[in-house]
Amino acid sequence: MHKTGGVRMKGRKIFSGRVEGEALVTNEGISFYGSVDPDTGIVTEKGHPLEGKSISGKILVFPSGKGSTVGSYTMYRLKKNGKAPLAIINKECETIVAVGAIISEIPCVDQIDTDSIKTGDRLKVNADEGVVEVEK
Amino acid sequence: MLEGKHGNAVKKSMEILAALGNIFGAEKLIPVKSVQISGVSYDNLGDAGLEFLGIMAEDGKIKVKTTLNPAGMDMENWKALGIDPEFARKQKLVIEAFERMEVETTCTCTPYFIGNKPEFGDHIAWGESSAVTYANSVLGAKTNREGGPSTIASALTGLTPEYGFHLDKNRQAHFIADVKARIDNPMLFGALGNVVGKIAKGRIPLITGIEKATTEDLKALSASIVTYGGAPIFHIEGITPNKTETPEEKVTVTQEDIENAVKEMNDTDDVEFIFLGCPHCSLEELKKISELLDGKSVKKELWIGVARPIKKIADEKGYSKVIEDSGAKLACDTCHVVAPLKGRFHSIATDSAKGIFYGRGKNNFKTIFRTREECIKLAV
Repeated sequence: MHKTGGVRMKGRKIFSGRVEGEALVTNEGISFYGSVDPDTGIVTEKGHPLEGKSISGKILVFPSGKGSTVGSYTMYRLKKNGKAPLAIINKECETIVAVGAIISEIPCVDQIDTDSIKTGDRLKVNADEGVVEVEK
Repeated sequence: MLEGKHGNAVKKSMEILAALGNIFGAEKLIPVKSVQISGVSYDNLGDAGLEFLGIMAEDGKIKVKTTLNPAGMDMENWKALGIDPEFARKQKLVIEAFERMEVETTCTCTPYFIGNKPEFGDHIAWGESSAVTYANSVLGAKTNREGGPSTIASALTGLTPEYGFHLDKNRQAHFIADVKARIDNPMLFGALGNVVGKIAKGRIPLITGIEKATTEDLKALSASIVTYGGAPIFHIEGITPNKTETPEEKVTVTQEDIENAVKEMNDTDDVEFIFLGCPHCSLEELKKISELLDGKSVKKELWIGVARPIKKIADEKGYSKVIEDSGAKLACDTCHVVAPLKGRFHSIATDSAKGIFYGRGKNNFKTIFRTREECIKLAV
């Protein structure tokens, strides 16, 4: 069962929880308000690298949030609609995503080198300890 | 409070405040004198936002004086503004959730006109960028630019993390904006905010070359400067109360800069809808508007945004009757930015530079940027 050679990274807990799942990675910021459809979980922002992709059920990895503070409520809408990401990993978490993760109870860790994670990687997130493991 | 002994709403609030404090390196949470909650219009909240408010209202009660930002409609007179009944039902549920938290449900972006007026040096936790900027710059109170959930968290705990604009070292000017242009009415103060905000890009200006400014002028500048990219605090030499170091960098704002900004905020001549009162009108502004409308009859849809308590005084003074007799509508509790107006009109005329920005961005309106007097002329 134990796989060897994984990468273990230690960051900072924003909101607690333990999940395992598949990474969806972008090196662009994400604005939840106006850029992610709260009913489908699909990224709608024109020209965004994730445009047309669904973030729901994925471990969403991106550098930092951006845009309107209403974005925190959009994250909450995603969660209530069952379309939220499993967890969020940031390089630097900012107010909108932090508050959104807390009110929506989405595990969230920041201060992680998001560039070392690729879309499709299996991740083990222990947000309680601020730990993200990439299984290789 | 983090353990939940004070109930779920307080626990959730403390989680929000502690996380923000950690992210921004705050050393502690500090008490606040008052809160202004943003995120009140159902148009922005949606059903999920409404549900979140319902959960916080289950056991959350405010600990400090708390007022509300504008809602998506006039809470009493919404039918006259053509609001959809289903929207009205949802908007009422939003306000009822705040009532359960014991918030003063007077919905306005100018809480400082209706008794939520902090003193110099008070720490507060306010949302609504124009009010944040007015409180920091004109009143000398101290607040960050909070979002909806963090203002609720501060209201239910009476606390905010100490970082950013709560600390004097972060309130110092970064550059001088020396004004060599005629700036003498709220519309032109809005244009100045557009020019200086774009130069500032998040930094703090010390504005020089302004001899006098009324409350209404400063309200317009506060709304505009932060909308167009400035920090939510500015200094004006000889006018605003905060002390600041004098920066070395100096930028000159010319008459041409102002004229170009005004030109850029105009992109049509076809007026469909006129809105005055962004931010909400003072009593003085209602008096002037009533004088301009006295004996006239409006031919276009004209809304005047105002806080309900100010309208009540205007009722007693007779201004409201003159305004309403002309066919103009006094819109309490709301404004053209947060009301569900997309698609109802195609263009807006206003004297508010902030109103132009959101008229375009949120409602896809073509815009006409004129003085109050010229806007009234367009309406009658």
